[in-house]
Amino acid sequence: MREHTVLRIVSQLVIAPMLLYALYVQFHGEYSPGGGFQAGVILATAIILYGLIFGVEAARAAVTPTLLRIGAAGGLLIYGGTGVATILLGGNFLDYDRLFAHGGQHYGLIIIELGVGITVASVMIAIFYVFAGRGRQDDPDNDEDHGRADDYDADDVS
Amino acid sequence: MNMTVSLILNFGLLVFLVAVALALARWRHLFPVAMLTGLFSLLSASLFTVLSAPDVALTEAAVGAGITTVLFLATFGLTRAREKPVESSRRLIGLAVTVITGAILVYASLDMPHFGAPDTPVQEHPLRHKYLVESQHEIHIPNTVTAVLGSYRGYDTLGEVAVVFTAGMAVLMLLGRGRRGRKRTKE
Repeated sequence: MREHTVLRIVSQLVIAPMLLYALYVQFHGEYSPGGGFQAGVILATAIILYGLIFGVEAARAAVTPTLLRIGAAGGLLIYGGTGVATILLGGNFLDYDRLFAHGGQHYGLIIIELGVGITVASVMIAIFYVFAGRGRQDDPDNDEDHGRADDYDADDVS
Repeated sequence: MNMTVSLILNFGLLVFLVAVALALARWRHLFPVAMLTGLFSLLSASLFTVLSAPDVALTEAAVGAGITTVLFLATFGLTRAREKPVESSRRLIGLAVTVITGAILVYASLDMPHFGAPDTPVQEHPLRHKYLVESQHEIHIPNTVTAVLGSYRGYDTLGEVAVVFTAGMAVLMLLGRGRRGRKRTKE
């Protein structure tokens, strides 16, 4: 996509605020709409936009598939681990009040929302990599793959 | 929000939703269909915002309009981007199934409370007071949605995260391994 100057410049401007907005939705979820799931999806959208404009390989170099696998499992482990930690501190599973003397619910929610966000973002980006990375770059000798995405022209509509 | 303004917005958005749905059904080429699906999600998100459900609207906008559209487009890169012509006999079966399902849904909607009715279960159930009023004193989380998702229904949300994780791993195993396998045979 080297030639699409407008797309490249606009997405360069937009991607950083998108990442920032994801962090805002992530850590402000107890006060405003949103939370871990929404933040994870917004973060994933920013990375996917980067991949669409600058190529999947560039995105894969920035956010590696290994990191995504660790993130997907790690987020779930953070959530479940919080529950186990509250048991070890003498409470019920996910009884956040046990975590801290004051504001245990707040900190507990921030921690588990972080887990949700990391897992959701990792899974979404990983699925995008798998879909977008198949076919074209990986087997250039397979002629059937060429031109499929580009065969759309405007008057081809019934 | 003013009641009349809200009603007009609701009505207008629903009309747009129906228009987009009809356009979706008419189109043969799947690229515009993917774009219209994104538009449909965006309209739904606006509708959720008008109905004071910003959490749902945020999710719908990001997942429906954003990621799903991209995944559709990526899939067209792997398969064909044009719908196969269907025989007319099978079209009739499809029409019958659609009409019957639609009729059942309309019939079910007759049991639902009217729009804006004050005596719905949502308004009168004791849990409403528990979640909207008592939660503020119990756990001090201003956003009730987050409080219910994370604290009151923490198990369910853990299950949902497990579902997202499992689904992601399943996709990686089904599609990711094929790629690596092909590379290995090349070497």
